[in-house]
Amino acid sequence: MYEGVVQDLIDELGRLPNIGPKSAQRIAFHLLQADPVDVKRLAETLLKVKETVRFCEVCGNVAAAERCRICLDPRRDASVLCVVEESKDVVAIEKTREFRGRYHVLGGALSPIEGIGPDELRVRELMARLADGVVTELILATDPNMEGEATASFLARMVKPLTADGSLRVTRLASGLPVGGDLEYADEVTLGRAFAGRRKIDG
Amino acid sequence: MRLSHLSLVDFRSYAGLELELEPGVCVLVGPNGHGKTNVVEAVGYLATHGSHRVAQDQPLVRIGAQRAVIRAAVHHEDRSVLLELEINPGRANRARVNRNAVGKTRDALGYLRTVLFAPEDLALVKGDPAVRRQFLDELLVARTPRFAAVRADYERALKQRNALLRSAAQLRRANRGAAVDMTTLDLWDGHLASAGAHLLAARLELVESLNPLVGKAYGTIAGRDTALLDYKPSFELSTGGGSPVDESAVHDALIAALNAGRKDEIERGMTLVGPHRDELALLLDHGHGPVPAKAYASHGESWSFALSAKLAAFELLRAEAIEPVLILDDVFAELDNSRRGQLAQVAASAEQVLITAAVEEDVPASLSGMRYRIGKGTAERLR
Ligand SMILES: Nc1ncnc2c1ncn2[C@@H]1O[C@H](COP(=O)(O)OP(=O)(O)OP(=O)(O)O)[C@@H](O)[C@H]1O
Ligand SMILES: [Mg+2]
Ligand SMILES: [Zn+2]
Repeated sequence: MYEGVVQDLIDELGRLPNIGPKSAQRIAFHLLQADPVDVKRLAETLLKVKETVRFCEVCGNVAAAERCRICLDPRRDASVLCVVEESKDVVAIEKTREFRGRYHVLGGALSPIEGIGPDELRVRELMARLADGVVTELILATDPNMEGEATASFLARMVKPLTADGSLRVTRLASGLPVGGDLEYADEVTLGRAFAGRRKIDG
Repeated sequence: MRLSHLSLVDFRSYAGLELELEPGVCVLVGPNGHGKTNVVEAVGYLATHGSHRVAQDQPLVRIGAQRAVIRAAVHHEDRSVLLELEINPGRANRARVNRNAVGKTRDALGYLRTVLFAPEDLALVKGDPAVRRQFLDELLVARTPRFAAVRADYERALKQRNALLRSAAQLRRANRGAAVDMTTLDLWDGHLASAGAHLLAARLELVESLNPLVGKAYGTIAGRDTALLDYKPSFELSTGGGSPVDESAVHDALIAALNAGRKDEIERGMTLVGPHRDELALLLDHGHGPVPAKAYASHGESWSFALSAKLAAFELLRAEAIEPVLILDDVFAELDNSRRGQLAQVAASAEQVLITAAVEEDVPASLSGMRYRIGKGTAERLR
């Protein structure tokens, strides 16, 4: 344990994702030794980000105003909605330039280990968006790991009543080679799975 | 598959060791505590990136040194590979294949395969069911690497489901009688059951192919009696036997068991059925019907059974894919003379087998091949 404010800093840093006690300590001491100007700029940026950036009231993506750029863009196809876990997934999909519809950011995936159930995700908001029947295709683009799959099947079940009369189509992103969980597997593992899970293709 | 050269730097008791190896038998002899197991442990580590003795890497590095290096020349048919692994406790290990660094150490797996039998394997007979499940799962992965992912998926689903059950149990206690919202439990049941059924069906098929080999190995070593494996699922399952196992039947049976036990599981806050609770019974038949080895077998019989299971794994891998290097650590001392003789014959048939013994006379004279005397930190070739 360090004295007072130094330990406070280590504790605060340790609360960030993927930062363990050792890394927190390293970053803390890096900051202690850094140029005060640099540290001040970091502190100001942190505050500014919190004050100015907010989440789009429609889709939940990060936005500079009440609504994000994509929700405001009239050229985007309002009939196709792509559900993702995080804002960073929006950025990734936008980079492909394949998708011209709109997004819905859930804010995570189902994970009882982390205490995340349906109430912790923006599921209610999603159901509200689907209520008026404008959206005719829902793409479930949650991560291809166990939590993402569970979330996708949960959502598929939630929207099932809307699909009964054919007014809504639900699709799941093809993930190419399936990957299992967070583990990074050897290529032969991934490839082996792809072979075992191969499907007939009609041509 | 075989090794032609092994070199150790700061591994266990060795500051530096260079060992030439020929095809066939190689026996390492020397007094207790002089470093025989250390050598074969290094070979096993190079093959699996784990030790059969310790979970942590620190004890593998010579006291006072920072890192250990294991290096070996591996030959399979007409291909040769130089494998190198640097063990850095507390940090990532580093691997090189043919002097080229690989991005991830796991990319260096698969070039060397071993089946190692050591005194610790007595736990296969005497230990908890978890030891036997792990034996099956590791063999599954060795046969078909994809099962590493299946197993990880199952464990992940299990963890998530247990977390959900635990929070449901807490909620139940907090507001007695109030209904607990279980809408997402079905979902985790589904994930658990699909990964679980895949794993379980594969285990059943594995036991099926292993059984005749275990029986044969035990018969060879013990000369009489029969040994067999019996996979006992933790829930009601009738597959009708035979390969291939109907995976969807396993899936449905697991789902049914989860549904039937749901109340109990919510009360206890954990998953009570599935491959993580299954048992692999090791049975011996002395002529009065099969009985569990764990309860009935003598020390020597238990030893022979554990050895037979490992030899069966060796035979299976050798028949289906690449023949692994066989490693027998300290086995002869525990066996009577006739069993020693039988084991020597099995060992002599391997492309390469590394054997350790504290008492040279324990190794049957019939075992020809190389012999090294292990001193503290050194190896002297005797023949
Ligand atoms: N990290 C280490 N640094 C230095 N010496 C070590 C280290 N780990 C183990 N040793 C030494 O290695 C020796 C044990 O070696 P090993 O287990 O190979 O013995 P062995 O020859 O197989 O003996 P036995 O016949 O009793 O099985 C012990 O003397 C132990 O102190
Ligand atoms: Mg030993
Ligand atoms: Zn938006």
